[in-house]
Formats: sequence, C-alpha cells, structure tokens
Amino acid sequence: MTLTVTDLAIARGGLALLERLNFVLEPGKALILRGPNGIGKTTLLRTLAGLQAPLAGQIQGAEDRIAYAAHADGLKPTLTVAENLSFWMSVFGTHSIQPALDRYDLNELADRQAGNLSAGQKRRAGLARLLVTGRPIWMLDEPTVSLDRNAVTMFAEAVEDHLKYGGSALIATHIDLGLEAKVLDISSNKVKPRPIEDFDGAFL
Amino acid sequence: MTITAKANSLWEYANPRKFLATSERLLPFFWLASTTCLVVGLVWGFFFTPDDYKQGSTVKIIYLHVPSALMAINCWLMMLAASLIWLVRRHHVSALAARAAAPVGIVFTLVALVTGAIWGQPMWGSWWAWDPRLTSFLILFLFYLGYVALWEAIEDPDTAADLTSVLCLVGSVFAILSRYAVNFWNQGLHQGASVMRVAAVTGSDTEEKVSNIYFFPLMLCIVGFVLLFIALVLYRTCTEIRARRIKALLARERANA
Amino acid sequence: MIALLLRDLKLAFRAGGGFGLGLAFFLIVTVLVPFSVGPQSSLLSIIAPGVLWLGALLACLLSLDRLLALDWEDGSLDLLATAPLPLEAVVAVKSLAHWLTTGLPLVLVAPLLGVMLNLPETGFTWLVVSLLIGTPALSVIGTFGAAITVGLKRGGLLLSLLVLPLYVPTLIFGAEVARRGATGTELETPLLLLAGITTATIALLPFASAAVLKINLR
Repeated sequence: MTLTVTDLAIARGGLALLERLNFVLEPGKALILRGPNGIGKTTLLRTLAGLQAPLAGQIQGAEDRIAYAAHADGLKPTLTVAENLSFWMSVFGTHSIQPALDRYDLNELADRQAGNLSAGQKRRAGLARLLVTGRPIWMLDEPTVSLDRNAVTMFAEAVEDHLKYGGSALIATHIDLGLEAKVLDISSNKVKPRPIEDFDGAFL
Repeated sequence: MTITAKANSLWEYANPRKFLATSERLLPFFWLASTTCLVVGLVWGFFFTPDDYKQGSTVKIIYLHVPSALMAINCWLMMLAASLIWLVRRHHVSALAARAAAPVGIVFTLVALVTGAIWGQPMWGSWWAWDPRLTSFLILFLFYLGYVALWEAIEDPDTAADLTSVLCLVGSVFAILSRYAVNFWNQGLHQGASVMRVAAVTGSDTEEKVSNIYFFPLMLCIVGFVLLFIALVLYRTCTEIRARRIKALLARERANA
Repeated sequence: MIALLLRDLKLAFRAGGGFGLGLAFFLIVTVLVPFSVGPQSSLLSIIAPGVLWLGALLACLLSLDRLLALDWEDGSLDLLATAPLPLEAVVAVKSLAHWLTTGLPLVLVAPLLGVMLNLPETGFTWLVVSLLIGTPALSVIGTFGAAITVGLKRGGLLLSLLVLPLYVPTLIFGAEVARRGATGTELETPLLLLAGITTATIALLPFASAAVLKINLR
C-alpha cells in the first residue's frame, strides 16, 4: 500500500515545472506538501491522482487507491447532501454514508440541497466524500479553505483516524493542522530553464 | 524512448531547427517552379486552346476549378496524415504543419466553390445547384472552418494539437459518410471526374472526356497548384514554428520572473 | 454506472435542470414555420418531415453545452475520472442520459407537431421510427462535441460549429426516411443506412469522446 515516487518530472501546459521528485508515502503516515505559489503543487497532486501523465519518472502503488479532493467539491447544487454522497458511494462501490455524515457533523444538513449550504458547509460535504470513497491514499489540495476553526479540528481528526486505520495522505496546505507529519518541501525541485540556444528545448 | 536517427531518416525533419533550415533552402525552388507552371499552364489554357463546341469559352475555367478542387481534398488528407503523425510520434512540427495547411485548404475549397458557381451559371442556368459534388465541397468547407476555429479557441498548444488531431480523424470519417449520404440524397448534374480517365486513353473519342488539347495545360496547372500548396504550407509552417518558439520563450520568461 | 445515469436523470428533472427547454424550443420552431412559409396545407404537408427533423436536431443541439460543462465546472469530472469507472462508460452513460431527457421526449412529441404541420397520415409511423433510430446518434455525436469544447469559456458557439457538420449524414438519411414515409415510397435503404450510422456511432464515438475528455482534463 506504499506510494513510491521515483525521479518524477511534471509539466503544466507544456511547460516543465518540477523534476527529480523522490518520496515515499507509507501507510499510516501523512505528508504535508509545501512550496511557494505557482510552483506546481496542484499539478503534482493531479499527476499522482492519474489525471495527467508525468513527463518522466515512476509512480508506484497509486493505481485505484487514490481519493482526490481539489478546490471544487463536485457537489450538485440541486441534490441534497445525502444524495450527493450516496452517488459517490455507488460510484466507488462502498456501503454507507453514515460514518461520513457523523464525522463531519452533517446529519442535520443531510436533507438540505447542496446549493443552499454555506461555503464552509459545502467544503465539509466535499471532504466527507473522501470517507465515502473508501480509498486508502488521500490527495488533498488546500482542504481547509473556507473552513472555520471548529471544522478544521474536525478535518484534522478525520485525517488522524484515517491514518490510524492504515490510510495515508498527501496534503497541500499552508496552515498548521496539528498533525504529526513530515513536510515535503518541493521548492528545490523547480526545473532549471534549458539554454535558449537549445531550439527543441524552447518548444517545451 | 530513443529514436535511433539514421543519417538520412525522414524523421530528422521533425527537428524544428532542421525543418526550418531545409525548408528555407527549398522554398525559392518551390515558389519559382509553381509560378512557372501556373503562368505557362494558365496562359496556354486561356489563350491557346480552342473553345469547346458545346460549352464555349466557359470550359476554360477548368484550369482553376479542377486543380483547386483536387488540392482542397488533398490538403485535408495531408492534415489527416500530419495529425496521425502527431498523435503517434508527438513531433511538434507535424501538428504545426497541419495547423498551417488548414487556411490554405479553406482558400482552395472556396476557389473550387466559386469557380464551380461561375461555371454552373451558364451550364446549368443557376449559380448554385444542390449537386452532390458541390454540396460535398460545401460540407468540407464547414469541416475546415470548425477545425480552424478549434485551433484558435484553445490556448495551450499541445492540448490544441491533440484536440484538433482527434477532430480531424473523426471529421474525416464523417466527411466520407457525408459524401455518400449526399450522393444518395441527390444524383446530381455534375459531370463525372473525367480528367484522370483520359490519361489512359490516347486521343479523345467521347465528349465526356477532356481531350488532349485541354489535357496538357490542365496537367501543368495541376502540377503548379501542387507546388504552390507545398510552398504555402512550408512557408506557413516555418511561421508557425517561429510563433510557437516565441510563445515558449515568453512563457519561460514569465516562469522565471 | 446506473448510479450515474440515475443522478443525471434526477438532475435534469429537478428545477433548473433544463428538462423541457428542448421540447419548448422544438414546439416554437415548428410553430414559427407556417408563419414564415405561409399557411397553405399542401405546402406544409410536403415540408413537414424535413422541418420536424431539423427542429428535433436543433433542439438536441441546444442542451449539449451543459452536458459535460456543468460536471467540469463543479469538479465532478475530475472525481469521476479518478473513480473506478472507465471514462468511456461515463461518456456513454452521459449520452444515454441526454437522449432520455432530450431525444426521447422529442420523438414522443413529434407526431403532435406533425398534425399541426399537416403531415400525411402515412407519414406518422415513419417519422417516429426515423427519429427513434436517428436521435441516439445525435446525442452520441453531440457528446463528442461537448467533450472537445468542455474546457472552453464560451464554447457554445464553437460546439455548434463543430457538431453541425457531423450531423449531416444522420440528418440526410433520417429526413429521407421520414419524407419517403410521408409519400409512401420505398424506404428500406435509407432506413438501414440510418440504423447503420447510429449503431456505428454508438459503438465507436464514446472512445473518441473519452480520449478527448482525458486530454481536456490534464
């Protein structure tokens, strides 16, 4: 269940961003992804989730194990929270949304249409989806945006629980979640520009 | 993935620098040859061939109509080949050549349609008839428009190349389907493709065929159009390569800022 | 897959889902035709099959730009692409949902509008049959167009420009069946060709749509 990344290089829009990425994400562990804006944290998470192909290198142990959560929650505004979560439950072939509702204190909101929720409530429903997928590796892109302090604690507890049961998580975030986690700083992996004289290189 | 480049492998020209250097050396030749063929062919065709006994002097529009119609289709075929090469081998030059060819194809299609209309007016008594051949070219014109519009709409060059290539592939299948559908839908007034059959037949016997007197200048015009097409596409591809390089350099500058 | 189909149907029928928009459009276009060509019933009965086919085609086109774009905007497509469903299946289910909410209602309403356009009595069966066979192809081809333009800000117009030429063969054979049905002539050939196009597009195009969608997602 270990996710192993070797010599990974990634690109966005045909422009190489990061290279020589090497790390291991073991079961029960979390990694906090750090780096300045625009360096390619989102691109890295999308590549690991299989949404785009890497430029070079290998990703092992990711196949069908990753639950991805980004800025958009994937909630349908005209469906209720319970309907939204049940849909993802059927898609991922799991059996219950109740633990997810309990964990994020969504029981009272379960029958409300997602379009009527506040931004923070939507975010909680979006994070609850992670529990519904039943996948062991979480790839989270700024998960705490628009959450209040109470909800952030709720989220941190959910991650801790997930780790306790052998899951793992790679989290791009700028706030301190109070988790025991190593930091993966990718600032030094930024691609050095190739010389301009290299004509083919200037295509990439 | 390593491409073992033999000394004279065709794929060498997929290197933008090599492509630019070679095309710049070849371009003057193509310009000169196409101009010569077209001037000689058109002057010969327009002024030194007799009028047709049935169609009068209107028949002479054949020297523009047939070559441009031929090239309108061949241009799409070239784009299809270039798209396939891009999808399989990921050579940027290939995708850019397909992009560069499309507007040339549009112009050839338009010339074929307009000269067809001008020819049709005295022959069929109307500027436009929903004849299957004319209609097919109209549909081809729409495919070209969609293809170019898609290139223009997408910012990321690799995504644009991928999407337009798939569109070109799917479009080709539907273009062929449309051709047969249109044939089925209306049997048509247009005379059959009569140029190529004549190559095998010496002397002219039936009136449906293009006789020798018209054939040689027409052949010259066709060769001229082919050369013109090659010259235009090479020229435009070079421009696209440079534009792409500028874009890449600008993006790099932004990334380093 | 069934969950996805049920969700899409539910979304279409809920408020703001756009169900009925296509139908209303179909109705209005058909009603406008006599205003533009004149009320002579002999003329209307000649053009009725063609007008109904064109109207149905345009009504199908109308709802295509929300087919994938909404899922794209709210992030559902990203999540579906990482789910244990092949993207080809996702695309095929989306086409099916589009047909059930747009194409099928059009087929059912077409005979009513046929009455208003004075469609000859013999024509009704074949109008319905041709639409029933032809509209699935319109949905599948439309999904391909929607997949190409999904990432674009104002993709609606481009979507029409890309999809309409692809609709030509379906329209030709479909309307031909309806027309021959109305005049009572032999229609086996166009009917078979129409069915062939529909089967082939359903079998092959979802692969192209999924490939295009993958390109757009990266």
